[in-house]
Amino acid sequence: MTTTKREKSLIVIQLSGGNDYLNTVVPYSDGKYYDSRPVVNISQDKVIPINDQLGFNPSMGPIKSLWDEGKVAVINGIGYQNPNRSHFRSMDIWHTAEPDAIGKEGWLGRAVRDLDPLGENVLTAVNFGRGLPRALGCPGVSVASVGDLETYGLFPDVQDEELRMFTLEAFSRMYGGAAGRDPVMQMLGQTGQDALQGADILRTAPVMYSSSVEYGPDTLAQNVKSISQVFHANIGAKVLYTQHGPFDTHSGELPTHAKLWNEVAGSVGCLMDDLKEHGTEDDATILIFSEFGRRIKDNASGSDHGSAGVAFLIGGAVNGGLYGEYPSLTEAEQIEGDLRSNNDFRSAYTNVLEDWLGLDAAPIVNGQFEKFDIFHS
Amino acid sequence: MISNDTALMAHLLRRAGFGASRDELEGYIAMGYKGAVDALLNPTDPGNMPDDLIRRYHVEQSELRDLPGSAAYWMYRMISTACPMEEKIALFWHGLFATGYTKLNQARTQLNQVDMFRRSGLGSFEDLLLELSRDPAMIIWLDNNENHGDSINENYGRELLELFSMGIGNYSEDDIKECARAFTGWTLGNAEYMAIRAAKDSIWPYGRIAWHFDYREDDHDDGEKTFLGETGNFNGEDIIAIIVKQESTARFLATRLFQFFAADEVSKAGENAVEAMVATYFSSGYKISDMLQTLFLSDYFKSEEARFARVKGPVEMVVGAIRMAGNYQNPSLGIEKVSDNMFFMGQGLLRPPTVEGWHEGVEWIDSGALVERVNFVAKVLSDVKSPGVRSIIDWLEAGADDGVLNPSDLADGCLDLLGPIQVSDETRSVLVDYAARLGDLDLNGHQPGDQAEQRVGNMLRLVAATREYQLA
Repeated sequence: MTTTKREKSLIVIQLSGGNDYLNTVVPYSDGKYYDSRPVVNISQDKVIPINDQLGFNPSMGPIKSLWDEGKVAVINGIGYQNPNRSHFRSMDIWHTAEPDAIGKEGWLGRAVRDLDPLGENVLTAVNFGRGLPRALGCPGVSVASVGDLETYGLFPDVQDEELRMFTLEAFSRMYGGAAGRDPVMQMLGQTGQDALQGADILRTAPVMYSSSVEYGPDTLAQNVKSISQVFHANIGAKVLYTQHGPFDTHSGELPTHAKLWNEVAGSVGCLMDDLKEHGTEDDATILIFSEFGRRIKDNASGSDHGSAGVAFLIGGAVNGGLYGEYPSLTEAEQIEGDLRSNNDFRSAYTNVLEDWLGLDAAPIVNGQFEKFDIFHS
Repeated sequence: MISNDTALMAHLLRRAGFGASRDELEGYIAMGYKGAVDALLNPTDPGNMPDDLIRRYHVEQSELRDLPGSAAYWMYRMISTACPMEEKIALFWHGLFATGYTKLNQARTQLNQVDMFRRSGLGSFEDLLLELSRDPAMIIWLDNNENHGDSINENYGRELLELFSMGIGNYSEDDIKECARAFTGWTLGNAEYMAIRAAKDSIWPYGRIAWHFDYREDDHDDGEKTFLGETGNFNGEDIIAIIVKQESTARFLATRLFQFFAADEVSKAGENAVEAMVATYFSSGYKISDMLQTLFLSDYFKSEEARFARVKGPVEMVVGAIRMAGNYQNPSLGIEKVSDNMFFMGQGLLRPPTVEGWHEGVEWIDSGALVERVNFVAKVLSDVKSPGVRSIIDWLEAGADDGVLNPSDLADGCLDLLGPIQVSDETRSVLVDYAARLGDLDLNGHQPGDQAEQRVGNMLRLVAATREYQLA
């Protein structure tokens, strides 16, 4: 539909709570998997095989279709040395690309700073959901956090449209007025105008958008739909972020995990259809990650916090396939009962930053990491 | 007209507390300014809701082991305390000695640290640093449990000098190493096991184990050390005694207190107040409440220049609005959702991003955070059902001739009762125009939630959305 050259965007879906790698990309031909998972397993007849060793969770149908089209990179064994099994700390490590010390800046916040060094576009990064993930936190980088795109902006609780309009007008006058020489008042004035402008632009996104794709009713699908609307509004949003969960399946894992992946795979499938319909499938890449995988042995109902996990990169520009090695389930190869990571997450970040967003990755991810060959050149 | 007494007292309460309703202000004004400063700096009974009652009504605050309920629990204390300075000083130390949940997984141990800040945060800085060095949350946070007699870990030693007392540039790398040596053996009971718990634990289904300080003499390096030019077989107590004697420590502490309680930037006039605080630091035996008394009674603090010279932090924003609205005085469901708003604005209690704490001042403001700030406060203060807003309506009615307010009266009255807040002429004229759209406001015979009251709520919403309201 659109013929103008677009810039490339990254869409991040964070799986919060620790996604069970073993039940996402299932080593269905390995007897040790079924030995360790007498209860919380995906049986061979339900797995969707992607080769003769590994298969997707049965809820991942739409992702399997994309896999067949060569658009899904499965990044195996991802994690970092000295695994931390605390949700907060491990997510922090992923967000700040800093496994040892306490990191100060988010990796995507740094990326946004490099993409828009003068901070000219307040919508270079947009987070869908309340509360900024630390991945996007970086001093001087402004990120809009959108709870609901339809009502995004100031005074969303004012129901009376006329009153809301008058209030917004007054706000605009108050923040647009001369601020005198006080730099703080000037900064507040500018920020208020930016916020108004950002909200105005964001609210036009759903109006300008049309698509035959019908997203699901769940929160993730609705957030991904908003992502598509903002992405297709061509307003220079290059990092679009959302999260889904909780993947913290200590108990009753099988139905919960199935439902969550149904939603993730469904949303991703819809988004890819949507991109195709708009002729933009080569302009966006989806990154899916979680803070850790889960323990190899189940606890008879769910599984506890573990180490190595799986990430996905999905998009028209991706060379589909398996990257990295699936960690061994052999006891000697385990780390404290978990899958041992053999693939630093900052390698995948480096791929995304350099080969997709065209940035210098080393200062963002705190070092040089070997890349895979994930993107079409 | 707004009286000088009221404006000054409101200024003091924004700094030594979380702002104040008109009724509260009247109470403080009756004490006189100096009396109010003394009352604030000498907390007595905060009138907390007893923990057993909180636990009965708030399951999420019962165990205090996870983050959301624990942050809400502290916020509750801030909202309901009769001694706001006690919570404000705890918030100050929480920002300066920033300890984060991410590494601890033990919210209770952080709340114990906050309690220590309440207990010792206005006392001697020497005592406070000693308590900090023995604080289990701090020990794990900065790895002092890994600081051994035969192999030091410098993390705590370094930050004690750089971030907690003297500031960078006032000591050498050798001083850091000697400082770390002196704190070897300052650890937790069963430290090795507890460190594993902190790193490898899962919130569910396992419980928590209390942490306590343990001094291991056999893991302490008792050898001779040279620290900041002094030599001896120093232990941690000796190091702290040397640290607190330093001019740089006095200046560091005075400046940080000034920036939190007076103004984001230290101006030329502000320098005098800092100097006076440095002098008080030494003459009082390092007493923090005395330094703050010096500040609050200084000409600088009382001057126009110090008014609205700070950007409100998110915790001040949220707690200030809720105290003003008089909400959550009793156990009420949903309070943890309220504390989430602080995080949305960029300051989650108990989860400072790093040991450096939050970047404060103008760095609180970006367009994403501003939307959260304005929307939250505007919603809370425009709710005419809340007791604090009802009280504002009563004050407005009492101050009006025959119960009728013209547009200027309405704008000025709301600015007065939410502060008093000083605004630019331009802001004021927008507020007056906004009120003028519907002409004079007749409050005679107003009924809860009727149109007349809602007009007050609408004006409060707009005042809460001004640039000036962002400042403390």
